[in-house]
Amino acid sequence: MTQASETETKEKQQKPIVNYLKLPDSPDEKPYLWGSRCKACGAAYLGPRLACARCFAVGDFDEIRFGDEGTLKTFTIVHQSAPGIEVPFIAAIVDLPEGTAVRCNLGGIEPDPEKLVPLLGKKVEMYTEKVREDREGNDVIAFKYRPAN
Amino acid sequence: MPVKPARDAYIIGVGMVKYGRYPDKSVVDLATEAVIAALKDANLTMKDIQMVGSGNLSAPIGQAIMRSVGQTGVPVVNVSNACATGSTACREAYFSVASGAFDIAMGIGSEQMGKAGLLGAGRIGAMGDLAYIPEGVMGSQLMPPVFSQWGVDHMRKYGTTFEDFARVAYKNHKNSVHNPYAQYQQEFSMEEIMNARMISWPNTLYMCCPTGDGAGAVIYASADKVRQLGLSSKAVKVAACVLTSDPWSESGNAILDINLCTRLAVKEAYEIAGIGPEDLDAVELHDCFATAELLHYENMGLAPEGEGARYLKEGKFDIGGKTAVNASGGLLSRGHPLGATGACGISEIVWQLRGEAGGRQQPNAKVGLAHVIGLTSACTVNIMVK
Repeated sequence: MTQASETETKEKQQKPIVNYLKLPDSPDEKPYLWGSRCKACGAAYLGPRLACARCFAVGDFDEIRFGDEGTLKTFTIVHQSAPGIEVPFIAAIVDLPEGTAVRCNLGGIEPDPEKLVPLLGKKVEMYTEKVREDREGNDVIAFKYRPAN
Repeated sequence: MPVKPARDAYIIGVGMVKYGRYPDKSVVDLATEAVIAALKDANLTMKDIQMVGSGNLSAPIGQAIMRSVGQTGVPVVNVSNACATGSTACREAYFSVASGAFDIAMGIGSEQMGKAGLLGAGRIGAMGDLAYIPEGVMGSQLMPPVFSQWGVDHMRKYGTTFEDFARVAYKNHKNSVHNPYAQYQQEFSMEEIMNARMISWPNTLYMCCPTGDGAGAVIYASADKVRQLGLSSKAVKVAACVLTSDPWSESGNAILDINLCTRLAVKEAYEIAGIGPEDLDAVELHDCFATAELLHYENMGLAPEGEGARYLKEGKFDIGGKTAVNASGGLLSRGHPLGATGACGISEIVWQLRGEAGGRQQPNAKVGLAHVIGLTSACTVNIMVK
């Protein structure tokens, strides 16, 4: 089989935008964020770790699966960005109860300060969404958060 | 741990160029002008300078500046440390003197940005495919959103408002009309500031620093050298010069921290200098965005936690108030050519302490502080005493 025909027959895949977003193979399973917890001090990190920046332990981590829920630490409504980036969007920081935080877009709500300010400190939940297609035509999947009911 | 150096060092000469856009000049030209101004201020020549720290975020141009202004063969250290680049270069010069290694050293900061804003990291995703750039779909790592998010974090904690943050820009633009070195010397009303184009809520255009070109230079000398040169009346003592990086925090994975490294830096600086926030007459702090300045009142202990907005409204940080904050107009009006900023904040405090700040002079200023934060994260704090 030539390389060209191999590409043609290749099935379109879903690819996570970052390595700490896990997209399970089975459609029955939900996507989740994963990371590392330091066995010595309990500090939590997104994705894999070589060493603990908090207690300086080296190489001794448990893998952790983060839950869907977090709280909205802060946000901004971005009206001007780099060329090619669609605006406005809500850039947010979400605190995770497992002991770290994530940078993300906030969805499911209008980019309106009057609606967003009351959400500060409130519960938000993770969901995933196709955000782009890569060079090979695969769907690029990102995680976002939205107000939790 | 705060480290008190082996001996004292003094600032004996400062110089800067008016910030702006200089398409017909090179960044080496701008740095050379600042160096010449600082040498003139101290009545020295390049022959007297024993060590040079040069800060520029785009390129290591220290030796090119020497080829422009005087090639003496002395050590030149090129520094890159985000927005704290210029102040880190000055710190290299300061420690060269304070350690006892050299008697006179110079720190230079310079940058030429033109109109192209260096907003922050637009990182390439997996395998160089642009589809994997997280910017805009997974929050933002650009500087306006990051500093705006810190402002909104303060809203969450203390109920601070859009108007509170706008008042920072009002004060600083008002101060700028007295500063001939400022890129913009224009006062704006609260309405004009709040109704200006929104960049990243709650920061409008007039609540964001302009990009541009600029340069500054600072000359340090030992106590013996100050006496020898007859510069005692002019010399300003550096009571503390501190550089920190961000300590670990739970949110550090997600957002670079402007608060923690500032709090750590001022704590060390106050301890080394034996000076507290209540002693400060003039402060030049890193108001790259209006939101940042209000947080730093509390980070520096100039206001109690959650009281920064009230203190600002009461005029405590105006020229003539308890502590004049950004009498120069700050980064919001003076401009923020990245690598230049640190050297110029130090220069402004030196002018304030010498009583040479003209229409923006804080009356009877004896103790000053210059603060810079670079999001990498790096924070410099210099406390100066006349």
